[in-house]
Amino acid sequence: MEPQANSVRLKTMYEKMVLIRKFEERIIELVQEQGRIPGMQILANGQEAVAVGIIEALKAEDVIVSNHRSHGHLLAKGADPKHLMAEIMGKATGVNKGKSGTLHLAVPEVNALMTSTVVGAGPPLAAGAAFAQQYRNEPNITVVFFGDGAAAEGSVHEAMNLAALWKLPLLFVCENNCWAGAQSYAQHCSVGEIAQRGIAYGMPGEFVDGNDVKKVYALALSMAEYCREGKGPALIEAKTYRMRGHGENDHQHYVDKAELEYWAKKCPIRSLKEKMLKDGIVTENELQAIETKTLAIVAEAVAFGDASPFPLAKEALNDVWA
Amino acid sequence: MAQLSFGQAVNNALDLAMNMDESVFLAGEGVGISIHYDPNMPSHGLLGKYGPKRVKDTPVSEAAIAGLAVGASCMGLRPVVEIMFLPFITLATDMLVNHAGKLQYLSGGKSTFPLTVRVKAGVNFAAGCQHSHNLEAWLAHSPGLKVVFPSTPEDAKGLLLSAIFDPNPVIVIEEMGLYWGKGEVPEGDYRVPLGKARIALPGKDCTLVSYGGATHTAIEAAKILSKENISIEIIDLRTLVPLDRDCLLNSVKKTGRLVVLHDATKFGGFGAEIAAIVAEDAFEFLKAPIKRVAAPDIPVPFSPTQEKFYKPNADMVVDAVKSILN
Repeated sequence: MEPQANSVRLKTMYEKMVLIRKFEERIIELVQEQGRIPGMQILANGQEAVAVGIIEALKAEDVIVSNHRSHGHLLAKGADPKHLMAEIMGKATGVNKGKSGTLHLAVPEVNALMTSTVVGAGPPLAAGAAFAQQYRNEPNITVVFFGDGAAAEGSVHEAMNLAALWKLPLLFVCENNCWAGAQSYAQHCSVGEIAQRGIAYGMPGEFVDGNDVKKVYALALSMAEYCREGKGPALIEAKTYRMRGHGENDHQHYVDKAELEYWAKKCPIRSLKEKMLKDGIVTENELQAIETKTLAIVAEAVAFGDASPFPLAKEALNDVWA
Repeated sequence: MAQLSFGQAVNNALDLAMNMDESVFLAGEGVGISIHYDPNMPSHGLLGKYGPKRVKDTPVSEAAIAGLAVGASCMGLRPVVEIMFLPFITLATDMLVNHAGKLQYLSGGKSTFPLTVRVKAGVNFAAGCQHSHNLEAWLAHSPGLKVVFPSTPEDAKGLLLSAIFDPNPVIVIEEMGLYWGKGEVPEGDYRVPLGKARIALPGKDCTLVSYGGATHTAIEAAKILSKENISIEIIDLRTLVPLDRDCLLNSVKKTGRLVVLHDATKFGGFGAEIAAIVAEDAFEFLKAPIKRVAAPDIPVPFSPTQEKFYKPNADMVVDAVKSILN
């Protein structure tokens, strides 16, 4: 992979980001149409550049471990939007037969190995996956996505210590979206940059503008290479912003409107689009084609979910044991 | 057959599993280099034999140890990790309860977690309640986790080998006080199936259900009662989850009486589940009320007089049996 995203890759990443945005915007509509979708939806609107920039720098065989804000990670890793949407709707055709719903999606066929909604649980699980890769001398790495809120969990620190001690091929990606529930970063974190904590575990820690997919991609590529070479784990802090509430039932009454407007202007998709147009990488026609194509994919996913049956109630008894 | 201590039997099972399957590895605090240098400790000598790639001493990080097992098992390895003492499992319970026990279900059956957690338990080693606290009922109450609690060297080996090669997460509770006690142990790849109880002593007057170290208290009580021509049938559960309901119910249908014994506290203990199953499914066979013999609902005390008071003894079992005989 080229160390700096070339124009083809930029367009690819743009399309993936647009797909994620459209997919989640459709979920917002479904939430608002009462009864269309069960449970609380947790969206990553505004954070698409982190998911896409990191995962674009990986190989298909590399493993990811995600968290409650997972849709973008999974779509970027190649999960089928139809079966993903069906799962979010609780349908039998979902990637996990309706057992997971939106919160714990596992798509092992694309190496999206595990998702945990217990905040901070991902890193120890990912250490286990990375250990398996090291144990079998595989040339692959594991990436775990966690939030700035999770960085306060003891399990994250235990995992960082173990991964650094054993030089596991594990890339920690702290997706700092400035909020842990209704608590701002300043209210819940003891350091200015979580990336600084890399030093405490003897691993490189780098801060990046998480709304700039080109920068995220370039850093992820070099950090993934570091992990792949057997030098041990690495930590990326990608600073971005949670444009919606913690979940769709959170209307952000505690958020300063000016702050939301500031970050809206830094929208990773719009920034990339403007940059590509300015640099002559993409034409308005191509952008329109991407818009049409991604909307069609999302429409097809929703139609597939709608047409799919719910699982039988008694099937709740299955899948506890192997 | 060989005469082995319980600890040696566990060691033998670990050795065989590692020898048979390259995907088996050990991890935990002191599983390689231990503060104890004793051939009766379960992982004794395995670091020297299999090396540090497969016998991993870990930092003091129970959540990371359990997470390591969950993540590595999802990738197809067969981790056998150790949590030093059962009360310390509280530090690993998120990984075990929310992840080991649930991720297969949440994946719709796509992922499996063939991991084993070995953990030392028991009362009577004067360490107080943060080292002694039998939490098996907590674990048994969590769907998706199998729970094994052997009482003899033979079962310690056979159940552990079954646990390691089971496709599900299994918690194997080892009563530390039993490590040095010897018994006949079959050689080679000997397995005791999970979910099968053992009739430790056949009898006709009363069923006495127990597991782990308390089984030895049960045997002691049965000897006392036999002198008075009272015949006790002892069921050693061996596996709490999945539970051998048939063995339990068949015995109670035969004897018409049930006493349940465990070293854990009584309120909400595993004995309550045994009593409830019998009350639901064999009530018409009961000739007398069900009795539970268990520890008082207090933390395990330290002082020798009080620790002895805490642990249910044979006399208490004898009294319980006699109270329902006539």
